[in-house]
Amino acid sequence: LALKLNVLKRGQLAALSIAAVVIIVGVPLWWRTTETYRAWLPVNQINELANLQLQLSADVEVVFARGTVTPEQQKKVPLTQTQDEEHTVDEDTALRYRYETKYRTATIMEEDALNQPTAAEADLSLHTLSESPCGSLVVYVIPESSTLLPEDVDVYIGQRRTALLRIGAQMRVGRTLEQLLAHLEPRIKQVLQVMSFSHTDITAALSDRVRLSPGNKESIADSMRAFKSSPGYEITFSLLNPDPKSHRVHWDIEGAVQTYIQPLLTKLAPLANFSIDSQTLYYAMLGVNPRYDSSRSAYTLNSDSLAHVINPVEARLGSNAASSNPVLNFLLYVPDAHHSPLHIHDHKKQEVLSNAFHSPRWGGIMVYNVNGFYGPEAVFPVDININMAKVMGVFLAQLRLLLGVQSSAPPPGFLVAPCSSTGLADWELDRLMWSRTVENVATATTTITSLAQLLDQIGNIVINDNIAQQVSSAVTSLQLAVAELEAGNLGFALQYSKEAILASERAFFDPSLLHLLYFPDDQKFAIYIPLFLPMCVPILLSLLKIVSEARQKRRERQAKKD
Amino acid sequence: VHLTISQSRAASSANHIQPLLVDNAGQFFSSGHTNNWAVLVCTSRFWFNYRHVANTLSVYRSVKRLGIPDSHIVLMLADDMACNHRNPKPATVFSHKNMELNVYGDDVEVDYRGYEVTVENFLRVLTGRLPPSTPRSKRLLSDDRSNILIYLTGHGGNGFLKFQDSEEISNVELADAFEQMWQKRRYNELLFIIDTCQGASMYERFYSPNLMALASSQVGEDSLSHQPDLAIGVHLMDRYTFYLLEFLEDIHPASKTNMNDLFKVCPKSQCVSTPGHRTDLFLRDPGSVLITDFFGSVRKVEITMETINLTDPIKQVEQRKYSYVDQLPVSEIIHQKPKQKDWHPPDGFILGLWTLILLVFFKLYGMKHLKHIF
Repeated sequence: LALKLNVLKRGQLAALSIAAVVIIVGVPLWWRTTETYRAWLPVNQINELANLQLQLSADVEVVFARGTVTPEQQKKVPLTQTQDEEHTVDEDTALRYRYETKYRTATIMEEDALNQPTAAEADLSLHTLSESPCGSLVVYVIPESSTLLPEDVDVYIGQRRTALLRIGAQMRVGRTLEQLLAHLEPRIKQVLQVMSFSHTDITAALSDRVRLSPGNKESIADSMRAFKSSPGYEITFSLLNPDPKSHRVHWDIEGAVQTYIQPLLTKLAPLANFSIDSQTLYYAMLGVNPRYDSSRSAYTLNSDSLAHVINPVEARLGSNAASSNPVLNFLLYVPDAHHSPLHIHDHKKQEVLSNAFHSPRWGGIMVYNVNGFYGPEAVFPVDININMAKVMGVFLAQLRLLLGVQSSAPPPGFLVAPCSSTGLADWELDRLMWSRTVENVATATTTITSLAQLLDQIGNIVINDNIAQQVSSAVTSLQLAVAELEAGNLGFALQYSKEAILASERAFFDPSLLHLLYFPDDQKFAIYIPLFLPMCVPILLSLLKIVSEARQKRRERQAKKD
Repeated sequence: VHLTISQSRAASSANHIQPLLVDNAGQFFSSGHTNNWAVLVCTSRFWFNYRHVANTLSVYRSVKRLGIPDSHIVLMLADDMACNHRNPKPATVFSHKNMELNVYGDDVEVDYRGYEVTVENFLRVLTGRLPPSTPRSKRLLSDDRSNILIYLTGHGGNGFLKFQDSEEISNVELADAFEQMWQKRRYNELLFIIDTCQGASMYERFYSPNLMALASSQVGEDSLSHQPDLAIGVHLMDRYTFYLLEFLEDIHPASKTNMNDLFKVCPKSQCVSTPGHRTDLFLRDPGSVLITDFFGSVRKVEITMETINLTDPIKQVEQRKYSYVDQLPVSEIIHQKPKQKDWHPPDGFILGLWTLILLVFFKLYGMKHLKHIF
């Protein structure tokens, strides 16, 4: 009997120890080995960033030339004013525009510069005196009788960051400084709308964050036309020669790019990297049959058919397979001898002067007629040298539009200086930088917050250390960018915003963030039951047997006692 | 026809252009997209699933004919039917009996082929999480103004689609992938077409905005194939795609047919299954959405009104001598060090080891101990 008890006890001990091992060692081990590695993310800071409060600061200097202020008014100058404008875009985006206006009188050298015969020369000599940092503006207030500006023009916007503002006639003797400033304020605001950031631009730049209902149709066209902010762009110039038997076309593309395009791209270097390549395509037809117009004795492409020109050609254009940057294509089409000259007509049937058209977010096409270069008795193939200045003038204008330089007409009474040889005025660059910085900050915050939300929602995505590091650096750069925008340092703000967007994109699009297969609950049971059930059933049964035997023993002991 | 005239700098011409801008602006903004992409996926392999490859290639052909270039199409074919050993007419894939229409040819650019068509790669293409070494042609480089067409075909069931006979994608994963695309604004509008059995279950779980979905059959119904070809020996097309293509044959790049006509394609009398569609997540009215918004690629065009007057003479660029870049010597490339792999004991070894242990234990202590364990 004792032996049987011993054997029974050993069996119970075995079952109990197996159960103990399973529970104490097995369950934690299974839990640790099946959990996904998730590095720590700064979730609190990310949630703070979700509520975006941007402050844009611009420094404006208003310089009074001789004859615009009376001596009593002059006593109170120099003077600094700060104005704030608050806008709430939606429940988690708010904007504040801060304008720090400094009023002062002109120095002797500036007065000399303003004595030049024309506004353009005045602008040039003013620029040699001092260089304004990017993001700031200088407005020179000139007397009403000044001959710098033509009759009907009140404001001249220069190529750098200066503007000449003609003061109104009534502001003469006896007015106080406050009234003078009150008169100037709306006009300076108008100048700021053109030369610095405007509310429509900034809200258009926030379109990633905020789905705005269509407001100004022109601004929507601008936002559809311009490429989104990207760290780099590829520009491809292609020469399409469908008729090499008749025309042997030469273009000095390298020299033309160096002379005409490169200065603009160097100026835009803070915004993005640009890589340029060029190619020549032979036997590339347009894909649309032009119609012969006998009244003008030329072939015409009307505006309706332009939309179908691009697709057949696009199949033949290559692109640099190594990068994923957006590509801007500029095509120069030399029509074949049988279809020359070829003119593009707008839908009013007028000939288009530039003979070119562009497609939003794609590029531009220009038709270059060469039938004027040779007579009917020429020996084919004819050598043709393309006038690259004319071609690049058109391509440069299209490039400006595609990169987001606004093309809206200035308000009445404004005269804008024609572009410099670089193709971009300093204040246009500032406007681009403002909208790019805001766009980068908005996109980066959306990316980071949606990444955090995604990682929170889907429990079985592995978060590696490098992703956590990218997210942290993106958050830091974003905070710095917002701080620099508040301080008014546009250059630094743009740089930090670029770093933020690079880091956030790298974190979001990291290949390791693909979530493991989705397991519905019934599949989870189907996987675990064949593994654990055969092991657990004997243990459970033996535990139950132990419990029932113990209970029986207690009952016997009770019975014995009684 | 989408056209506006951009305003020129001179204020004088601004006045008479203004009314025109408003007139054409309505057409310009009827759809908010500037480019089109297409992701066409055939998920089944094996010779008897010839029709799925033929489906995908026919849609590919239509989409190309209507203007989307190869650089904007991601074509995934899970098996090679044209060069399959059982194909009596090699290098062809026919989509109609009597071998009338060969949808294969020398300008078919397949981006993902054979075993590369997996659920993981499909989700990576959609969400953009591809390794940095992936070439452009294998990426979906869409932006917030892209309209994307996604076409899936193969064998499916209630809530899943089978890939390569070994794995499946569920409708929840697909909906999550679309949500991630929306979060990153990787599409403007998306049209999702699926031709499988019980296809409507795949779009049940969508929850992101601007999605429109079409399926060839409802939950509980099978999608049927169209007609077998006796010479090739397999069914050549599925019914829904066959009638869809018949419908698309009448579409040309300038046509104005809208989505309501697409929903009427293949009624129950022709298809035997009931096609379904889902438009509740789509913001625009389907009657105002053109077929060419998704299947074609009609570009928006603006006339260039401004030019810049350039007067500087062209700089002479000094001629560089071109030379080959220094490359690694070939011997270094070929004799690379082998990748370090972890050592595992051979599989049968572990099984044999445990059997040995158990045998020794029970031999030593006797079989009676078995009853203590159980």
